[in-house]
Amino acid sequence: MVDSVKQPGRLRPAPENFLSEEQIKAVGAGRRDFLRKSFLAAGAALAAPLAARASEGDPNILQNPEWTTTLGNPVAMRPYGSPSKFESQLIRRESPGLARVGGASVSFAPLQGMFGIITPSGLHFERHHQGWHDIDPSRHRLMVNGSDDSLLKKPKVYTMDELMRLPPVSRIHFIECGANTGLEWGNVAVPTVQYTHGMLSCSEFTGVPLKTLLEDCGVDYKKARYVLAEGADGSSMTRTIPMEMVESGEVMVAYGQNGEMLRPENGYPLRLVVPGVQGVSWVKWLRRIEVGDKPYATKDEAVHYIDLLPNGLHRQYSSIQEAKSVITTPSGGQTLLDKGFYNVSGLAWSGRGRIKQVDVSFDGGINWQSARIEGPVQNKALTRFNINWVWDGKPAILQSRAIDETGFVQPTYGQLRKVRGTKSIYHNNAIQSWKVIESGEVSNVQVL
Amino acid sequence: MFRFSKTILVLALFSASTATVAVDNYKGIGRQATPAEVKAWDIDVRPDFKGLPKGSGSVDRGQELFEEKCASCHGTFGESNEVFTPLVGGTTKDDMKTGRVKGLSSGELPQRTTFTKVATISTVFDYIQRAMPWTAPKSLKPDEVYAILAYMLNLSEMVPADFVLSDKNIADVQKMLPNRLGMTTDHGMWPGASAAKGGIGNGGKPDTSNKACMKNCKSEVQIGSTLPDYARTAHGELYDQNRSFGPVRGTRTLGAAAAAPAAAAVSPAMELATKNGCMACHGVNNKIVGPGYNEVQARYKDQPDAEVRLVAKVKAGGQGVWGSVPMPPNAHLKDEDIKTLVQWIMSGAK
Ligand code: HEC
Ligand code: HEC
Repeated sequence: MVDSVKQPGRLRPAPENFLSEEQIKAVGAGRRDFLRKSFLAAGAALAAPLAARASEGDPNILQNPEWTTTLGNPVAMRPYGSPSKFESQLIRRESPGLARVGGASVSFAPLQGMFGIITPSGLHFERHHQGWHDIDPSRHRLMVNGSDDSLLKKPKVYTMDELMRLPPVSRIHFIECGANTGLEWGNVAVPTVQYTHGMLSCSEFTGVPLKTLLEDCGVDYKKARYVLAEGADGSSMTRTIPMEMVESGEVMVAYGQNGEMLRPENGYPLRLVVPGVQGVSWVKWLRRIEVGDKPYATKDEAVHYIDLLPNGLHRQYSSIQEAKSVITTPSGGQTLLDKGFYNVSGLAWSGRGRIKQVDVSFDGGINWQSARIEGPVQNKALTRFNINWVWDGKPAILQSRAIDETGFVQPTYGQLRKVRGTKSIYHNNAIQSWKVIESGEVSNVQVL
Repeated sequence: MFRFSKTILVLALFSASTATVAVDNYKGIGRQATPAEVKAWDIDVRPDFKGLPKGSGSVDRGQELFEEKCASCHGTFGESNEVFTPLVGGTTKDDMKTGRVKGLSSGELPQRTTFTKVATISTVFDYIQRAMPWTAPKSLKPDEVYAILAYMLNLSEMVPADFVLSDKNIADVQKMLPNRLGMTTDHGMWPGASAAKGGIGNGGKPDTSNKACMKNCKSEVQIGSTLPDYARTAHGELYDQNRSFGPVRGTRTLGAAAAAPAAAAVSPAMELATKNGCMACHGVNNKIVGPGYNEVQARYKDQPDAEVRLVAKVKAGGQGVWGSVPMPPNAHLKDEDIKTLVQWIMSGAK
């Protein structure tokens, strides 16, 4: 008899929790039949202390657990609620090797354990260039001015009080760092979807269309074809935004995120929202908008966030995040519990509009089936897809392929590298592959 | 449908003709910015040098300033790779003639530096003025920015040692910039008007064109790359990065011995270490980029002066004790926090 079986009174479905080291090794080596047997054995052994009743069923049912037989906690014990203590694994994490200094680094969202399309604000990915501050909203100002007087009639200053009196809009949009999946251009480099795709989040943002403010200042749309957005942090991040996007009404000066104010790490109290465009343009801690007649070539659009091509040229002002998708369950670094039924689930998104279709392959891209899309599908927002799968215990390669409303089909690694090489860093939207082996372990592979 | 689009057309015409007229559309919201306020915040410098402040600075002065304010992070010659990618290096006299950095296409560059990439000198001026030094942004006066930039140009062998950079001659420097012709905007990823319509890019035409094939799409699956062994463990215990219930478990990457109990309380020192990024490079019981804390403790446990030395090392960073990979400086941490961390490491990092 295995010694872990001695634990009385608890029947746990997690094999790791009641299997011995050797048994785990056996499972790792692919002998999954063994698992089922030891599960049964464990169930039988548990019966021993509860002699008569054990054969009747699960002790978790037969004996009411403490939460059913004692008084629970009062209201407002935790005035700002927090997740269950059993959820401590799913947190933002840094990738070692990437981070040289924490103030100019990235933390990735734990996509491997998230549901639906909304990112809880506390799990939203972070990318700062010069650290983050918790800005006093009563001292925060937004200035709107022109690169010269002829572009805008009246430069103005707004307080948070004033911005929050204006008619707001609330919209759900994804935000993806241009460098998301950037570590993987040349070859597989990181083990899990948190590190391959975790510079991705999606929130409901509330704020004022930038257009409202520019028109309030008397912008001349004929001359002012570009907008410079600037942050209030040390880096005073600046990026050029095309006026067409502002005129469309999509670009928003946002203060709300998922029903509360923005989190400090995400730009509290004010950030720009530029739907479909890479995260760096969504300037956080937004303090100034300048309208101009030419693009600005700021550091993060002239030295970084430029895509190196094989011919040595860099693509500048590459901003749109093209259609992309990834399976989040099961994904790299996870292990399937057993053969049988699984719901395979993932996310799809496109900077050019709505997701129209997502296809999934279980054989590395030879055959594909369309997945169920969980609606309503939103413009430039994460879209959840699901598909049924019965795992037969044999090796498999899982892939997903997004198609957006423009008809654009997410490319393979082979197709992407053919035009952009392997040193682009930015805008890697290739089809992601996860390999499943007999032991149930899922790992990151690239299929060309 | 027809009537609908007609309405939009009318609206569009209406807004185009009125857009420049209406101001102060919301009574009581916002006020005019004063000239002094605009001047205080509007510091951006454009590629055509709009916004460039008047001033000048010499290479010599720049060297002094650079050594004082920049070298700790970027190296005396702008060559350091420790905190950030190098600023200077990788460009040649020939590149200055052609306007294209050859190393970018030949693959000879070990690493791209700022000057191998940047096509607009205004960018560097603007950025140093707004953001550097990293820990004291916006502390430099325009003359100091000119001087520091002059020194960086001298390090890049673009200007002689007696050069004085100013608002008068910066446009001449632009004409020598090694990668000034190195950018293209001929792509589909600009969300505004196309170059043909006076904007940027090709109007949104993508450069890949996959087909949505559904059956028998290829005869074999070609694997380009799999997860290297070191990468499997470099991100710590993946078991602990997944839920302990549900359809899957995290894969055990470090073995059951390294497993942490799911809901163990986190000690304040551990929190400090996590918050300050130490845990990204050090495991309690395992090497990540730097040594495991258990190894550090084992190595120094019999040395009474170890604490002082380790505090200094963590603060300044450095390499060579455990291998050639450097630890970046942690100068942003308070001394007492570093001390707490080192004492915690030396007492078993619990
Ligand atoms: C405390 C460390 C530190 C100091 C001191 C410092 N820098 Fe930096 N520097 C950084 C970091 C970190 C970045 C990257 C910021 C980011 O990610 O946006 C950077 C970026 C830069 C860049 C942009 C390089 C590129 O390729 O994007 C330039 C130029 C620069 N620094 C110049 C300077 C100058 C000039 C000084 C002195 C006046 C200076 N730095 C002082 C840490 C420092
Ligand atoms: C980017 C990775 C990285 C980060 C972040 C980092 N370290 Fe290190 N650390 C290293 C490396 C690499 C070494 C080995 C240096 C050597 O070989 O001399 C090291 C060495 C050490 C040592 C042993 C020094 C010696 O001389 O033996 C201590 C103690 C230490 N780190 C503590 C810390 C603490 C505390 C923090 C957080 C404030 C931290 N480290 C953050 C990478 C890192």
